[in-house]
Formats: sequence, structure tokens, C-alpha cells
Amino acid sequence: MAMTETVDKTEWQVGDAEERRVILSAEDITVRFGTQTVLDGLDLDVYAGEVLGFIGPSGSGKSVLLRTVLGLNRKQGGTISLFGQNIEELDEDERTAIDMAMGVLFQHGALFSSLNVLENIQVPMREYLDLPKKLMNELAMLKIEMVGLPPEAAWKFPDELSGGMVKRAALARALSLDPAIVFLDEPTSGLDPIGAADFDELVRQLSDTLGLTVYMVTHDLDSLFSVCDRIAVLGDKKVRVAGTIEDMLVCEDPWVQSYFNGKRARQIKR
Amino acid sequence: MASEDDNAESIAKGEAAGVQEHRSEDGRELSLTGNWTTRSIAAIDGWMRELASTAPERIVLDFASIANIDTAGAFVIRRTVEELRQAGKSVEFRNISHSEEVLLDAVADAASQSMPEKPSSGFGLLTPFAVIGRSVFAMAEQMKYAFGILGSAIAGSSGHGISLTAIVAQIHRIGVGAIPVVLLMNAIIGAIVAQQGAFQLRYFGAEIFVVDLVSVLVLRETGALITAIMIAGRSGSAITAEIGSMKMREEVDALKVIGLNPIGVLVFPRLVALMIALPLLTVAANAAGLAGAMVIANYYSDISYTAFITRMGGWIDVTTVFAGLVKTPFMALAIGVIASMEGMRVGGSAESLGARVTASVVKAIFVVIVLDGLFAIFFASIGF
Repeated sequence: MAMTETVDKTEWQVGDAEERRVILSAEDITVRFGTQTVLDGLDLDVYAGEVLGFIGPSGSGKSVLLRTVLGLNRKQGGTISLFGQNIEELDEDERTAIDMAMGVLFQHGALFSSLNVLENIQVPMREYLDLPKKLMNELAMLKIEMVGLPPEAAWKFPDELSGGMVKRAALARALSLDPAIVFLDEPTSGLDPIGAADFDELVRQLSDTLGLTVYMVTHDLDSLFSVCDRIAVLGDKKVRVAGTIEDMLVCEDPWVQSYFNGKRARQIKR
Repeated sequence: MASEDDNAESIAKGEAAGVQEHRSEDGRELSLTGNWTTRSIAAIDGWMRELASTAPERIVLDFASIANIDTAGAFVIRRTVEELRQAGKSVEFRNISHSEEVLLDAVADAASQSMPEKPSSGFGLLTPFAVIGRSVFAMAEQMKYAFGILGSAIAGSSGHGISLTAIVAQIHRIGVGAIPVVLLMNAIIGAIVAQQGAFQLRYFGAEIFVVDLVSVLVLRETGALITAIMIAGRSGSAITAEIGSMKMREEVDALKVIGLNPIGVLVFPRLVALMIALPLLTVAANAAGLAGAMVIANYYSDISYTAFITRMGGWIDVTTVFAGLVKTPFMALAIGVIASMEGMRVGGSAESLGARVTASVVKAIFVVIVLDGLFAIFFASIGF
């Protein structure tokens, strides 16, 4: 596959439970800023078609890992493979193909403030594809509909949207090219519980219908319980435990214990 | 799909989305082939749009040869199906897999809705007049707002919360930081005026008068004007950008909620700093302008430094110096008020920040020059 220019993303969209193919693998990742080591020998595998929830104490390096995977941070050691290819050994075309097969929802949306929602969603399409204008509008409207925004929102500018709408619009942009994997950085933070539950539902639905792999950094216990297939816990500069929610509940690790058996978690578990 | 049919027709080949068509008596069978994905859907989109008008009563879509499909492909299929059904034709799916069915359902709502109307800006016969009218009212509005800022800066400064530290810090940034560039600019301007003056006066054998020309021009006009323009560009833009980005990130609102007057806190120190820094900078600028002129006069016209200073001392009195300096606090005030006003008008987008900073610098320079002209008329009429 490294020979072809395109990532056959549909191949990666159908999550086959038995096969459990690794879509993203991080091996022995080390990231240092100056003298401060943030990640030290971290290993993580994300399987195609799953929703992975990524948790950890504030300041433990969740965002750093996400940025490292996306290539926005330098790492001092280790390898990252996306779709079975080491991202450092790719030439520009192969790298572009990989970029096209992934979508990112930044924590604060990062919508382009001078473009309206429709144009924001069309940015990746314009950049990579040669689509007729009419079809591009239709596809952008499709994404708007899929993420649950009202059609009129298409003409609004980011500063005219509420917090929840910004997140939805940013998700629509992340889904613009029908990626095989999306990275969500705290997608439900700042949303009201109903909005957050809707968003969780949406992520689950997209994952089920599109076979989408979701890598979700979150602090939201509801999200972890309701949508995540698997949870990875970051601590001590590496992934401390990874497993299903049941694994978490019986885990011996003290931080995981207090996280999942704390007062707030107990109310959700009921 | 084996095509024994002679009418079999291939629309697109290879990786891209395509359709193979088989005609029979009871209708058409379309076999969908290739990748029906966002990347390759453009090839078939136009053909699928025409299908609704060209298709017979009954049509069968065969999904067996689709290599890959995503929401874009599903959307195009679903849209075509909706169009066919609206035209009263029957559509059947064959060999459709479960996941394809799920995808087609997921895009069903979007496929049947039409594009919402873009709120039109409405260009009519009256539009040019409306634009003129609006900008006149906006100008009046801005004038009011500028005086509002001036008023609340003065009002907000009274009582608690005048921070001497803030004022000194601003003087450092606006004044001390600008010294090198202001000195350099004024020395060059003084030198240029001296050189051109010397060349023209040479015809009359009156080269010594270049001293009178340069000293009056620098002290009355260019020293103050060039410095004010420099500060309008350098500090006016900085003030607009600072206040504007604070406005964007709701820091201005935070100040209000805490109970501080944002204009008193943000604008007042900058206004005071500008009004102290600009006259001081002008003094330095005057010296630099005269120094530049002295060097050039010595070089081109052999007027010695002593002769220059003696001549200048006989001609220039304190009135000339003050005619230049007295303008500068007013210019500083105008720069500060305009920059703060534009900063407060920044909206939510990065674009509006850029537009406001540009407007701030352009307006400040414009007002500085107009003020200079007004002072010139005023001084002439009172014989100052």
C-alpha cells in the first residue's frame, strides 16, 4: 500500500471485530520540551473502527501526544504509524494521502473566522479535490445535516455560533473528506449535559454508520461510559492501562480507581 | 458484470466511480462500479444528475461491483433516487449490502432537502444612496463614540485605580522605544530640506538663508508632524491590536464584570503616556532635524556649525519652538482616542482585527495632518 498514492480509506472504515487491525500505532514515543520530559517510551495502538477514549490527569500530556501524532510537535524518539505506514518515511504525496484520510476537531473548534460554516467545511475539499461547485455545496450541506446543525447555519460566521454549534461545525469540517479516523480534543467540554449527550450520540452514530475510527481526548465520564469501546489512561509519561470500561472498573491503579469510582462516576454507573 | 447486451455502455473506467448500463424491455439496469467516494465522485456526478430526465419508468441499481463507497457516493445515489421517485419512476436496489443500506439511510435527510437561501445583501437602485447614508451616519456615530471614549477615559481615571506603573510602562513602550527611529527619520528629513533649500537659494547667492528656512520648517512643522505620523503608525496600531485582541477574548468584558471601567483601565494610561511621550519625542526630533540640516549645510554650502548656530540663534525665538510643541499633545490625544476607539470596535473575527488596525492607522495619520493644518491657520491668524 505504501506504493499507491491514495490511502484506501474505505478499507479502514469497516471495523472487523475479529481482525482488529491497528490503524494508528505509537511505539516508544518520547517527547521532551527543554529539560522537561512529557512522554517517555509511550506505546499505544488504536484499532480500526473503534472509539477510543483517552483520559489522564490535567497536564499529563494528552494534548502533547495528540499533537505529536498529528505531526504538530517534534518528538525525540519513537515511531508513529498511521494506516500501517511510518509517517516519517513518507514522501509528500503519501503524507497528503494520509492527511486526507484523517480529520481533527480542535478543542476550541479552530474554525476559520473569516469564512462562514459552509466555506469552512469546503476548505479541505477545495484544497484536495476538483469538485463541481454544486456538488461541493451539496456535500457540505450533507455534513451540516449529519452533525445536526440547522441548514441556515451554513451562512453563519464562527463568531455568530454558540459553543455547541462551533463544535458541530468543526466536526463537520473534520468529516469533510470522509476520513477513516477522526481525532477529537475534548469534544464535549463546555457543552451543557444535554448537548454533550447529543454529541456523544452523534459520535457513536457516525462511528457505527461510517465505520469511523475515533480517537477522543476527554474528561467527560458520560462520554467514556456511553460511547467509548476502549479507554486508554495516560499517566507517568506513558499509557498506564488500556481496556474496556469493565477493565477500568476493576483496575488496581489508584488514579484509575479514584477516577472511575469517585463520587461523580458512581452516579453515572447506577 | 458480463455484458452480452450490445447496448452496454461504459461511462467511466478504472478507479473512478462509474456506471455500466444494460437496456432491456422492462427498463434499465445500471451496474454501479468503481470507487463511489468523495475523491472520485466528481466523474459521475453530472451524469447522475441527468438520469432523472432520461431514465425509463423502471430502473434497477446494482451495487455488486462497487469497490468502495462513502457518504459522498451514498449521497449522490440517494439524491438521484429521490429525483427519480419525484419524477414518478420506480427504483430498485439489487445486491445491496447492509453497510451500504445504512449509509444510504444516513444521508436520506440531506438528499431530500434543498439548499437554504443565502441571506442576500440585496442590490437595488437605492443601494448606492443607502451606502452613502449609512457611512455618513456611521461617521457621526464614530465621532460620538470617540468623544465618549475621551469622556470616560477622563471620568474613569478619577478616584481609584490610576496606575502610575501602567503609565510609566506605556511611556517606555511608546516613547523610549520610538527614539531611534524618530531621530533617524527627522535627521534625514532635516538634511533633505537643507540640501534642497541650499540648492535653490544658491541662485540668489543667499545660501545662508537655508538656516532660517530649515530651522523654521523643522521647529514649526516637520519635527512635530513626522514624529506624530511615526507614532500614529507605530503605537496607534499597537494600541488598536492590543485592545482589539482583548476585546476578542472577552478580557474587556471581564474587566467590566469585575467592576473596572475598561476605558479607564486600558485607555487612560495610554492616552496620558502618549500626551507625555509625543512632546518629549518632538523635542528630540527637533534636535535631530537641526543636526541633520547642520551637517548638510556644512557639506554643500560650507556654512560652519558655529555660523549655523549663531544665525539660528538670531532668528529663532521661543515662540517658534512652542508653535511646534503646543500642537503635539492634541495630536497625541487624537492618535490615542482613534486607536482605542478602533480597538473597541473589533468584532469576533481575525479579519475584523486587521480591518480595525488599518482603519486606526489611516484615520490617525489623516487627523494628525488635518490638525497640523488647522493649527497653521490658527497661528497665522493670531500672528503667533
